[in-house]
Amino acid sequence: MVRLITHNLLACHAKGCTSNNFPLQFQDVSIELRDADFNADFLRGFLPRLEWPALVGAARQLGDTSLPAEQPDMIDDEFLQKLHHVLLEIHVEEGAMVCPNCKHVYPISNGIPNMLLAEHEIG
Amino acid sequence: MIPTPDLSHLKAADYQHVYEPAEDTFILLDALEEDADVLRNLHPRICLEIGSGSGCVSTFAGKILGSTTSLYLATDINPHATQCTKLTGRQNKVPVEPLLASLAGPLRSRLRHSVDILLFNPPYVPTNSAEADEAQQDADIAGAWAGGQDGMAITDILLDQVESLLSPRGRFYLVAVKQNDIHGICRRMQEQYGLKGEVALQRRAGREHLYVLRFLRQPADT
Ligand SMILES: C[S@@+](CC[C@H](N)C(=O)[O-])C[C@H]1O[C@@H](n2cnc3c(N)ncnc32)[C@H](O)[C@@H]1O
Ligand SMILES: [Zn+2]
Repeated sequence: MVRLITHNLLACHAKGCTSNNFPLQFQDVSIELRDADFNADFLRGFLPRLEWPALVGAARQLGDTSLPAEQPDMIDDEFLQKLHHVLLEIHVEEGAMVCPNCKHVYPISNGIPNMLLAEHEIG
Repeated sequence: MIPTPDLSHLKAADYQHVYEPAEDTFILLDALEEDADVLRNLHPRICLEIGSGSGCVSTFAGKILGSTTSLYLATDINPHATQCTKLTGRQNKVPVEPLLASLAGPLRSRLRHSVDILLFNPPYVPTNSAEADEAQQDADIAGAWAGGQDGMAITDILLDQVESLLSPRGRFYLVAVKQNDIHGICRRMQEQYGLKGEVALQRRAGREHLYVLRFLRQPADT
């Protein structure tokens, strides 16, 4: 269950890869949609911690274009519903995430991302 | 009383590769339960558990705080553990998000000063350092306990990252044993990072003298 809320918090951490290492790009993914309970307070509280353009871009890679390119000033319920779906209900089950800088591939299998590095890649 | 998470989906075969909750797990659950009101009042948005094993602790945190009030991230180096963590979350209706990673690895840069509750029940048993290195490489059951010199080889690395992870009101809960040098850990966190450590709970369990240490930022005005 790599959800976009988590994807938004992951950066490449391979040795020496310190710039342009976020957001990771999805590759060959299969996704599942699962309902999650809605909590407006949580979403409002989480908004400041999101990198908005990265979220919008990642959602588009997964075929969801419901979010506006710029984070709106007015946070209404309709917007929060969309945000809820994008952050919490789209699960990437298989595929990979690729670093835009060093091209390191982080595989996703059974909904779990493999973010481990080999010994020589650890910074 | 918050019930211990339902682990009935995990079988003896799982516990050949994944740490089965034991006294060290339970003392951490007890410490969290004692602090339940304070933790709820933090309105945590991000909980991060390092080394989640069966997933019991993160799931329990989710039961205290509510399944929708926070994001529950959990890392482990052991692929069996990340799988069990996912299943335990699901079994108990807490969406715990497992990541196969060492310590906070790929989360560190984005979670700078963002983690409200950080949890670690580390491999704390003193072993020789080759044994700990090998256990880290193998990423199987020995990685649950083999802690190298003073049992601190793995914990030491995380201790140097805690301040950069914790949010302004964030808290860190660490399981330790006497041989880890409880006072040394607290002194160092205070001197190097200005994090105040205290013993949240301690008890004897068989041969082990177990502690849960709780670290907080100093209030700005003291
Ligand atoms: C004592 S067990 C605790 C498991 C579970 N949290 C509990 O309390 O029952 C320690 C866990 O840390 C994991 N671990 C060991 N080294 C690690 C590392 N470098 N990064 C992340 N997890 C690690 C082990 O695989 C194991 O699951
Ligand atoms: Zn990279």
